[in-house]
Amino acid sequence: MQANNIQEKILTFVFWFSAFIIVGILLTIIFYIMYRGFSAIDLNFILQAPRHAGREGGISTTIVGTVYLTLVSLIIAVPLGVGAAIYLEEYASRKSKFAYLVNLTAETLAGVPSIVFGLFGFVFFVIFLQMGWSMLSGGMTMAIMILPTITRTSQEAILSVPHDYRENSLAVGASKWQTIHRIVLPSAVPGIVTGIILSIGRTVGETAALILTAGSSLGMPLNLMEPARTMSVHLYILAMEGISMERAFGTAFLIIILIVIINYMANLSLRKLSQAKS
Amino acid sequence: MQMNKIIKIRSENINVFYKDFQALFDIKMNIEENQVTALIGPSGCGKSTFLRTLNRLNELIEGTVIKGQVYLDDIPVYDKVVDVVALRKKVGMVFQKPSVFPLSIYENVAYGPKIHGIKNKKQLDSIVEKSLQAANLWKEVSDRLNSPASRLSGGQQQRLVIARVLAVEPEVILMDEPASALDPISTARLEELIAELKNKYTIAIVTHNMQQAARVSDYTAFFLNGEMIEFNRTDELFVNPRDKRTEDYITGRFG
Repeated sequence: MQANNIQEKILTFVFWFSAFIIVGILLTIIFYIMYRGFSAIDLNFILQAPRHAGREGGISTTIVGTVYLTLVSLIIAVPLGVGAAIYLEEYASRKSKFAYLVNLTAETLAGVPSIVFGLFGFVFFVIFLQMGWSMLSGGMTMAIMILPTITRTSQEAILSVPHDYRENSLAVGASKWQTIHRIVLPSAVPGIVTGIILSIGRTVGETAALILTAGSSLGMPLNLMEPARTMSVHLYILAMEGISMERAFGTAFLIIILIVIINYMANLSLRKLSQAKS
Repeated sequence: MQMNKIIKIRSENINVFYKDFQALFDIKMNIEENQVTALIGPSGCGKSTFLRTLNRLNELIEGTVIKGQVYLDDIPVYDKVVDVVALRKKVGMVFQKPSVFPLSIYENVAYGPKIHGIKNKKQLDSIVEKSLQAANLWKEVSDRLNSPASRLSGGQQQRLVIARVLAVEPEVILMDEPASALDPISTARLEELIAELKNKYTIAIVTHNMQQAARVSDYTAFFLNGEMIEFNRTDELFVNPRDKRTEDYITGRFG
């Protein structure tokens, strides 16, 4: 009895300590970045374009570039990834060689380092297709990179929808597509959104592959064929070339805030969608 | 007793295979209109498999081969020209586990009619009310049609599923152990409902509960190892079973 009690107490402490370490590390990083970056941030830092390679002015063009590139990659990858997931889970036969190949490809692509995609995007989109350093080249490269994540998470989300829903829908005379589109997909939305949030994180955090495909221009990107610099690329260049550590930390701080905003909005739309459902 | 019996569903030599396993052997059965036909037998005897051949739900399982023919009003159900979706609209099905969609009570019932192209709000309202009333659920839910269906009790959910099936105006209702997940009171209500529904619909019900079969059905078929051993009027089959195996089963010697 006594021994058991002590064991429980020790284990509780060990688990509490693991949780504490995780929170501690995260908070330390965030507070350090805030502490170092806060002095760089004011309204001008957000609203003005960079001047003198980022030594002066703000980072407005890189914020626009980040949002723009993320949207381009999602617009390409979400329909393709969700479509592939629907095919694999709802239409393909379990024995299908093609489905096996698609699954294998998605799994393999998910583990390939981003710089490999960057190299491919550079050779294929930038040079061979003559799209140059542009948001389209960068967006397509990122789309390929996040495609496995979106496909896998959508597959899991679709798979977790109870089989009963499908039979019950078919039993009132719904077609297969009506069942998928009215019952299965709405129930799978939370899982699909999780995949999208993970993908946004990857795009926002990417540097090397984007330097190779979207370039690192500081100009305001207006159309898809123009090059762009994302916030992460900007941060990398500011720190790497010793332009300004203060501004690098300021940028890092804004990246964290951007991610928080994106996650919040994704969760909000998720809640709206599931409210509409129930 | 009935002068002119109308056969609603007729199965001819139905054989079902799952890969190498033969689940059903030469099932011949006539299901009479506006009657309740119960399918009984031990687990794995093929009674559910047979039920699912009637609305072609078996073919969703990969590796299933179905031989033979089922006639619904003399229309061959397994004919190439038959539209499966239209068939399933006529032959509705209620499953073992009440499975409500993650929608409101109203949207659950309106689901089928909407799928089949009804958009008019007034028309949908009246279908929803009529179906819920027919399923004996209207009184309990009429003041909260827009709340999530998942908040209903198990028995209410099963009646909601029946309302959802009724909303597309089927002719036949297949029920696959519809009471097995319900408490005794909900089961009694469901059985009352079945007795009311048979005035308008033809019902085939799979049940593992012999008392239930005896209470609700007009005809009973006893299945064993994929064969239909005996098929007769329920009062006959339970009082005077012709086959020794039927007798053993209904007297509880195995099961």
